Amino acid sequence: MLITERDKLSSEIGALADRLGRTRSSLIPMLQEVKRTHHVIDSFTMQIVADALEIHPVEVHSVASFYAFLGTEKQGEFVVRLCRTISCDLADKDAVARQLQTNLGIGFGSTTADGKFTLEWANCMGMCDQGPALLVNDRVFTRVTPEKVHEILADCRRSFGVFAPEHKEEHLV
Amino acid sequence: MITSTVGPLTFSQIEPEAGLKAALAMPRADIIAEINKSSVKGRGGAGFPLGMKWNFAAAEQSAEKFVICNADEGEPGTFKDRVILTEFPDLVFEGMTIAGRAIGAKNGIVYLRAEYTYLRRQLEDTLAKRREQGLLGKNVLGRDGFDFDIRIQMGAGAYVCGEETALIESLEGFRGEPRNRPPFPVNTGYLGRPSTVNNVETLADAACILAKGADWFKSKGTEKSTGTKIFSVSGDCEKPGVYEFPLGISIAELLAAVGGAGAKAVQVGGASGICVPAAQFSRKIAFEDVPTGGSIIVFAPGRDMLQVAHNFLDFFVDESCGQCTPCRGGNAKMLEGAEKLREGTLTLAALDELKELAETMRIASKCGLGQTSSNAFMSIIENFGDEIMARALTQSEPARN
Repeated sequence: MLITERDKLSSEIGALADRLGRTRSSLIPMLQEVKRTHHVIDSFTMQIVADALEIHPVEVHSVASFYAFLGTEKQGEFVVRLCRTISCDLADKDAVARQLQTNLGIGFGSTTADGKFTLEWANCMGMCDQGPALLVNDRVFTRVTPEKVHEILADCRRSFGVFAPEHKEEHLV
Repeated sequence: MITSTVGPLTFSQIEPEAGLKAALAMPRADIIAEINKSSVKGRGGAGFPLGMKWNFAAAEQSAEKFVICNADEGEPGTFKDRVILTEFPDLVFEGMTIAGRAIGAKNGIVYLRAEYTYLRRQLEDTLAKRREQGLLGKNVLGRDGFDFDIRIQMGAGAYVCGEETALIESLEGFRGEPRNRPPFPVNTGYLGRPSTVNNVETLADAACILAKGADWFKSKGTEKSTGTKIFSVSGDCEKPGVYEFPLGISIAELLAAVGGAGAKAVQVGGASGICVPAAQFSRKIAFEDVPTGGSIIVFAPGRDMLQVAHNFLDFFVDESCGQCTPCRGGNAKMLEGAEKLREGTLTLAALDELKELAETMRIASKCGLGQTSSNAFMSIIENFGDEIMARALTQSEPARN
């Protein structure tokens, strides 16, 4: 990371800590915000967050690595999560899973080489009556079929590349 | 696109804010007395009496107390809280305000699971509207000295955070690892302050009870399980969705109502619940018979019950917080057993050991996750032994997931 980028990230985290309050309770909201904007919680981020809250960086690592929506790995701009729990399983999530892997060219738990997509499994996401269910960042898709997979991914792809009017990313909050 | 089929719900017949107005017109002790009289039990699954919980929190002397709404709906097959938060957010916030009045808290927190982030904006809008209407903030409804406000904090993807002490750990910025109980959250909760952690549906029910009275609530359900309950129905039935039924309804009656007659088995209570075979469909869904947080998953005759057990165990291995050994190691061993069953290579001696291990997990695990995670697998072994034991190797399939 360039020194200027580091400085920028530090001041960003400092401002975040001031806004949310420099208490331990702010740790998870801070990490969520960093993850949302930078798609990764790396060791430098953990150190800065730890300094801001006056805790040991290993504490930050323990929390970041515990939660499925945080983690310490670099993820794509679009995190695609397919529900694998029982009702979606009964609704043939396997067919959707195969199509996702084929379209993205990656397996579950990996990120595309261009850093745009991460494919992950999710545990029950509360869409059991309308499975198979899929989350793309914060957006939910239900009754997903292999044909719909193409549509959903194409919609994401339209937000970047030569046809994108501006960089637009799907986040609801 | 994401709307669920929703049956008629009592919540739609409740006059807005009637419960809160009634609560503000009576002394604090009377609110809890009314809740006690209704005998309403927690709707999240554990079934702890709500009146007792509020009473413990109210009895504590503390400068600060918290009302926490558990919207970390993670139990497989449960989605009623999503529907309640979408359709009746006011009722939930009203219930929280009543709880604040009853226990003497000024702050409410909604712990919303990360998977429901798309609900956050509309919930924030509802909160803002309530502040404008004087239903939140300083002197709620013009009542001097009663201040109450609610904020939303997002979860970060952990099933175990549905357990109340793990939820508090997460709110405080720690790993979602359940605490030893006692002390209970009603004594030492969020930031060490007395806190009542209640399910979304329980809080909405509290608002209804205050609006319509305990006797109205008790007129439905059974003696030990009063009132109606909202069920999330999914799996092999014609009309999956959200339904309200009185507690004490038999599984057969419920199946008839959702078009699931002819099912081979029903999983009641989600992955941590039990699998009820067709022969026992006359059993009642109530705290005294088959308890549930509302999850009903229907399995048609063609379903492979071993795959069901395998899916649940996979879930628990993934979601165990790893803090205590019986749960961390036990679930992995259970999954290994299910895989051997699938290959047809599990010896009967190993099966007996698995049963003993399940008992150990039930007794020795620290929280409800490990205490209940083997239930489904064990009830499937018990009821579908013929189907899952001694599979021929030709039937085996490659490991999934």
